[in-house]
Amino acid sequence: MLRDITIGQYFPGDSIIHKLDPRFKIVITLLYIIMLFSGGNYICLAVGAFFTFGAILLSRIPLKMFFKSVKPLVIFLVITAFLNLFLMTTGDVLWEWKFLKITDKGLETSIFMIVRIALLVMGSSLLTYTTSPITLTDAIERLLSPLRKIKFPVHELAMMMSIALRFIPTLIEETDKIMSAQKARGAEIDTGSFTTRAKNLISILVPLFISAFRRADELATAMECRCYHGGEGRTRLRQLKSAPRDYIALAVTIFFLVLVIVLGRLF
Amino acid sequence: MENIIEIKGLHFAYESDDEEKKPVEVLKGIDLDIKKGEFVAVLGHNGCGKSTLAKHINAILLPTEGTVTVDGIDTKDEERLFDLRQCAGMVFQNPDNQIVSSIVEEDVAFALENLGVPYEEMRRRVDESLKAVGMYDYRLHSPSQLSGGQKQRVAIAGVIAMQPKCIILDEPTAMLDPQGRKEVLATIHRMNREQGITIVLITHYMNEAADCDRVVVMDKGLVVLDDVPEKVFSQVDKLKAIGLDVPQVTELAWELRKAGCDISPEIISEEECVAAIEKLFAE
Repeated sequence: MLRDITIGQYFPGDSIIHKLDPRFKIVITLLYIIMLFSGGNYICLAVGAFFTFGAILLSRIPLKMFFKSVKPLVIFLVITAFLNLFLMTTGDVLWEWKFLKITDKGLETSIFMIVRIALLVMGSSLLTYTTSPITLTDAIERLLSPLRKIKFPVHELAMMMSIALRFIPTLIEETDKIMSAQKARGAEIDTGSFTTRAKNLISILVPLFISAFRRADELATAMECRCYHGGEGRTRLRQLKSAPRDYIALAVTIFFLVLVIVLGRLF
Repeated sequence: MENIIEIKGLHFAYESDDEEKKPVEVLKGIDLDIKKGEFVAVLGHNGCGKSTLAKHINAILLPTEGTVTVDGIDTKDEERLFDLRQCAGMVFQNPDNQIVSSIVEEDVAFALENLGVPYEEMRRRVDESLKAVGMYDYRLHSPSQLSGGQKQRVAIAGVIAMQPKCIILDEPTAMLDPQGRKEVLATIHRMNREQGITIVLITHYMNEAADCDRVVVMDKGLVVLDDVPEKVFSQVDKLKAIGLDVPQVTELAWELRKAGCDISPEIISEEECVAAIEKLFAE
């Protein structure tokens, strides 16, 4: 059961979207979010949807994966829709019951919001679906590197993230082992009421934490042995090189962003 | 031959946080010289100070008293710390806790990245090191997909990439299955033979020590025996007294000798043992 956990849900592939420079992908995703929120009418939203589905098609990842990404947000979407539906009181009244009132404007806004948020989630999933977590970390480190000037610990953060990623499988395996060991000693982890299960979880967490600290200590020594001394003067094996396609993708995104802003003004 | 590691009068005590308690003395005056290109095994049972000794060789710990010099660099010389660590690489017991990156080749490159080696040079050295330990085909794998022996070989590759003059291995096979152990030992022996890297192998497996040029036996923070394996293992009584075993064949020869047979006590390999026993029967 624990083995199913995936972080970031990366789908390896070699589509053009996979091959884009991760730094550009992050910037494009940010522009994309701005694009979705700057257009205030249906035409803008349609352009946004066109952009989203175009990119999804290019990534050659099954569309159902993207619908799945929206699933955990369904409750959030429903609440947003209801709030918009009942709190919007301008426009023609379509339906009325005691203090509840649905207007055509309200209906319109709630549909608009649902589509917008769904697009937002699907579009940003594309980033994590097509970029491995470690590449993503690397790209974030490089994008944030100007912040080093104001003493922001960019390298340290990226190092922590990549070590965390490295140790996720190790710690999952360890948790599995501890769970089996505690079950063999009669601990009830899968049964009982919520509070008993929560209490029994302690018997797993304590050994897990102790072992994690021990690992951290040993890893620190091993890193020192290999001359680790922070980010200063470090070179990298992984080279990020931007290709013409990255600039084209960025240009296309900017074009769409401008288009959405213009369309938003016109209509 | 020139000495690569010189240890003189090394004392080391762990300071305790509690000031009233006396510091625990782990190393009580060790003198040890290791020559270039030598393959030395350090034996001793748990708590005899062998890991502590290893940590002194690349300045993870500094001596309380005495000096440790590696390739002419005093370990107390902070200015040359990175030279020292590049010269004396270290491999630890648990392969999981010394691999830093989620991709094999990036882990091998870790030390080179830290040392600021330029890209082309780094690429070449990473590929060479991975080929040297026979893990080149796995360069893009994640460490979690590898077996213990493979992980340990990746860790060795990460050290070799620094082009060290000597490698200290602290019980590198203790957590491996027999297959992994064989792979790792073969790799270490090849590094020693082909690249002339000095090896200090800390172990508690007698068979591993039997294949070395020289065996150093430690007990209670002191070096008690230091000689070629044949001479060390022939002192069965002394080894047993400090809680160590000898290789099975040596023990067999020893028992036969006690029973009055004329057999050499300096037997450490199965072939030697078979030959000696055949000779006994022939007589």
